[in-house]
Amino acid sequence: MNSGNSDDDAGAILIDSRASGGGAPGDDLLDVRGLQVEFRTRDGVAKAVNGVNYSVAAGETLAVLGESGSGKSVTAQAIMGILDSPPGYVTGGEIVFKGRDLLKLGNEERRKIRGEQMAMIFQDALSALNPVHSVGMQLGEMYRVHRGVSRKEAKAKAVELMDRVRIPAAKERVNDYPHQFSGGMRQRIMIAMALALEPDLIIADEPTTALDVTVQAQVMDLLAELQAEYNMGLILITHDLGVVADVADKIAVMYAGRIVETAPVHELYKNPAHPYSRGLLDSIPRLDQKGQELYAIKGLPPNLLRIPPGCAFNPRCPRAQDICRREEPELFEVTGDDGAPLPGRGSACFFWKETLHDV
Amino acid sequence: MGRYVIRRLLQMIPVFLGSTFLIFVMVHALGDPVNALFGDRAPDPVVAAQIRKQYNLDEPLWLQYLIYMGNLFRWDFGTTFNGQSVTSLLATAYPATIKLTAVAFTIEVIFGVGFGLISGLRRGGWSDNTVLIFTLIVISIPTFVTGYVLQYLVGVQWGILPATAGEDLTLESLLLPGIVLASVSLAYVARLTRTTVAENSRADFVRTAVAKGLPRRRVVLNHLLRNSLIPVVTFLGADLGALMGGALVTERIFNIHGVGFYLYQGIVRQNTATVVGFVTILIIIYLAANLLVDLLYAVLDPRIRYA
Repeated sequence: MNSGNSDDDAGAILIDSRASGGGAPGDDLLDVRGLQVEFRTRDGVAKAVNGVNYSVAAGETLAVLGESGSGKSVTAQAIMGILDSPPGYVTGGEIVFKGRDLLKLGNEERRKIRGEQMAMIFQDALSALNPVHSVGMQLGEMYRVHRGVSRKEAKAKAVELMDRVRIPAAKERVNDYPHQFSGGMRQRIMIAMALALEPDLIIADEPTTALDVTVQAQVMDLLAELQAEYNMGLILITHDLGVVADVADKIAVMYAGRIVETAPVHELYKNPAHPYSRGLLDSIPRLDQKGQELYAIKGLPPNLLRIPPGCAFNPRCPRAQDICRREEPELFEVTGDDGAPLPGRGSACFFWKETLHDV
Repeated sequence: MGRYVIRRLLQMIPVFLGSTFLIFVMVHALGDPVNALFGDRAPDPVVAAQIRKQYNLDEPLWLQYLIYMGNLFRWDFGTTFNGQSVTSLLATAYPATIKLTAVAFTIEVIFGVGFGLISGLRRGGWSDNTVLIFTLIVISIPTFVTGYVLQYLVGVQWGILPATAGEDLTLESLLLPGIVLASVSLAYVARLTRTTVAENSRADFVRTAVAKGLPRRRVVLNHLLRNSLIPVVTFLGADLGALMGGALVTERIFNIHGVGFYLYQGIVRQNTATVVGFVTILIIIYLAANLLVDLLYAVLDPRIRYA
């Protein structure tokens, strides 16, 4: 039943998100097709990811936006192959990375890809770094394991890395432990660790959420700069629309394990084609609306054990009609006023046209 | 670090004085040792007075304690009523117990941590359930039962290992008593390791280690186990002292003339010098083991700093 579903979902995608990347089809570094992930819990099966499609080209930044529980992190973990299993299982779809479907590879092959060709930056560097090992050891470990260099060389490489992410006095601090660094410095160490082997793809899972606003900007700038330098593909997972605007090329908005809208970043900000994206944008505090009540999307994200029939967003949607409760919308191609398809744009809403024109 | 060690060593002095005095009082409270010496018969008052004078038993308790402590600094632990020097008793008993404890401790660490790791990694699996049931059984059965049963089965019935240790303590003869002595602690270590491994296996830094593409072996040993051992080491340190003192039952079953053996005799015969002497050394070992654990704790977990 699951595999049948995944085929339908894959077929439903009318949008070629590569268009905005500029490369020819097949050029993509990573192409996720119809990915399905479920968690088998004692209370039942939670469908965390239900047919997600997205792609990233080299040098491109894809922002994946969504609330907690929308499946954005789970998708990333499935790509990395670090899903906690049990209870999490990939039940359908493909993850094509540099022309190979990762889901068809063995554990050892996938391990060698991790760190070497794709790396991940986690949200909370304090808990993501091992408290009992020095940062030098944890950075050098990448070279020791993947490149087999000596302990001394690994340490020298670690210092080099720390320099590259602009940690002051790297040489003196290489033997320090994670708790001896500030939050921003720790996140730089996480970035350094991900960059160590110059991977082709970096997945950053809310890399700045745990940081002060001023430090957030520094860390994001550093990440964007290094990405450009190495021409890496970057998947930026976040719920912070402010972070996205500056660095992302395109956006995929997720809701209840599905992509509900895709768009080049500035088009989405200007003119969203899905009521959920519009709701997210409207809930950003704005200077010109000082003193007014802040908009919030009504209701709560759905329980993944009982996703509502039809469009998963319908109970919270101001635009919901009968069809939304009956049928599940596919990702429709979004066209301009002249009827020509807008490149890279798609919306999983029956009323995308109305939403688009609803300014 | 140096200042911390000095402070800890200084703290040991009142602990040492207090605990030795307590033992002194407790043994005294057991009754008149001279009467005990004569059993059912009433002692000849002249002889009794003579013995009392010889062992300073006619002095008040606090003075007896002071005299005893004074002698202690000259490494004289006093003499027993039958004229043996306690110092020489200590010299024969402690090496035996230390050998036994070393064997037991090794078994406890290797198998306790090993079983705990396997069980914690495969939570809910069959190896996990086996370890849980096995450790529960071991914890529930008193040591003297496991001791006699194993001695009979392994030592007598099957003849795999020597049934008693006797005079010369070979590794082979200490293996069975070592297993018996280690069994309960081993079960606790296995369960403690299982819990911490299970807890840490869901930790973010373990997920990071996997995301770095490290081989599973390295993830488990360098990241998971290394972090999980911190509470286990604390338990092991405290247990080292408990093993030495608790060897009493095991030593009697396997006829090992160690600390437990002499301590038991000392208590039965109300021999103050023996009891206080043996316990004093036990206290010193216990304090040293605790200090060592605390220092090791700082080595294992760099977040802990002593100043």
